[in-house]
Amino acid sequence: MTSAVGAPSIRVEGLRVVRGGKVALDGISLEVEPGIVTGLLGPSGSGKSTLMRAAVGVQRVAEGRVTVLGLPAGSPGLRSRVGYRTQAPSVYADLTVYENVRYFGRVLGLTPAAVGEAIETVGLGDDVGSVANRLSGGQLARVALAMALLGEPEVLVLDEPTVGLDPLLRRDLWDTFHALAGKGATLLVSSHVMDEADRCDTLLLLREGRIVATGTPDELRRRTGADELDAVFLRLIEEEP
Amino acid sequence: MSPRVTVATAARVLTQLRRDPRTVALLLAVPCVLVTLLKEVFAGRPSVFQSIGGPLLGLFPFISMFLVTSITMLRERLSGTLERLMTLPLHKLDILLGYAIAFALFAAVQVSLVSAVAFGLLGLEVGGPKWAVVVLAIGNALLGMSLGLFVSAFATTEFQAVQFMPALVFPQFLLCGLFVAREDMADWLRVLSALLPLTYAYDALAKVAAGGPYGARFVADVAVTAGATVLLLVLAAGTLRRRTP
Repeated sequence: MTSAVGAPSIRVEGLRVVRGGKVALDGISLEVEPGIVTGLLGPSGSGKSTLMRAAVGVQRVAEGRVTVLGLPAGSPGLRSRVGYRTQAPSVYADLTVYENVRYFGRVLGLTPAAVGEAIETVGLGDDVGSVANRLSGGQLARVALAMALLGEPEVLVLDEPTVGLDPLLRRDLWDTFHALAGKGATLLVSSHVMDEADRCDTLLLLREGRIVATGTPDELRRRTGADELDAVFLRLIEEEP
Repeated sequence: MSPRVTVATAARVLTQLRRDPRTVALLLAVPCVLVTLLKEVFAGRPSVFQSIGGPLLGLFPFISMFLVTSITMLRERLSGTLERLMTLPLHKLDILLGYAIAFALFAAVQVSLVSAVAFGLLGLEVGGPKWAVVVLAIGNALLGMSLGLFVSAFATTEFQAVQFMPALVFPQFLLCGLFVAREDMADWLRVLSALLPLTYAYDALAKVAAGGPYGARFVADVAVTAGATVLLLVLAAGTLRRRTP
């Protein structure tokens, strides 16, 4: 990985986004470090997806700056270095698992081996020939994830990648995320499920377009004196001015 | 721009079409049925079939490709795959040219089939070369495709996309000169028809059907049709936004 040690991979400064007349992100600033899994936690509607869209450069922003690997988010030079998984699985319903992943692989200029690898990573090796519109929600989620993992990008922005998946697979995927982080990748993973928070190295708690707290799960526990992360989140919100 | 991405996109679109054999069958069979019906309804006046058969043959693909592309592109926008594509290292034109190649290939099959029926089985004659009808028909397929790609940006549901056909295609058919010669139209209608690309597409086909003349007007017809296709593709590229609200 090329990012310098210690330098954040994703830097957000004063980001303000207005969507549909409502303030989705209210001037937030944050940094995402390489080599760890950063969890973006918060209730639905808190602005997680908007922040992730801004990080991959598809979100029109009102104010502020988002820099990824030293370049403005969405720069042409970043497009093969950043993997993105949208919240709703963006998959061609009339293509098979393999055809979906292969198309993205071709666009990225990858070998068929890399395509096969991404499919294996998400545990869809037995379903490569299944047409997407016959897949379960969990399988679709995994196809979209495989498309994001293609080519082992330096930065992975994954919007609720494990929602609705079976616990065993979820564990495997979190292991995969940590393995990728171990190799130096930057992972920003969102979830609205608090029990996934403990799987992250560090957390960003988002609520109503603002950052409520940041820190490792244990730091946040110590700060609030609560044990369960659900309770931690509640106390952090109550502490807010 | 990358030929690799363009070809991959064309292959992807063709695979999607192949996954829907009923649509493919309809796209191939319906023009053949319609041209047969056309011959039969004018059984008492064979000269009508002979004069409008050639031009109609060349205009079918305009309609079918308009519909297929506008829906395909709308799905691409609604399913989020377009947003995902926009985060990948590709040029917008790679996507549009990929679509163009796929639908031109499909149109070639469609036109060949309906031409075989019309020229082979139904005894349709044209004054000019039959291959010219086929080539113009493929060009018109691309014109329909470009229009479909462009207007898909203005539809938010498939119902709306389908309604663009009566809204944008039917008037062009009425005014292109197929039903009423343009010289016989009221002035304002003639001016309006001069602004519509299908008028030129039809005129080129009518000239081939009549066996000429292939003068400056014919060259202008072909140039305007091709130019409108390119213009619509560029406008369509403008509707593919990397950043959305």
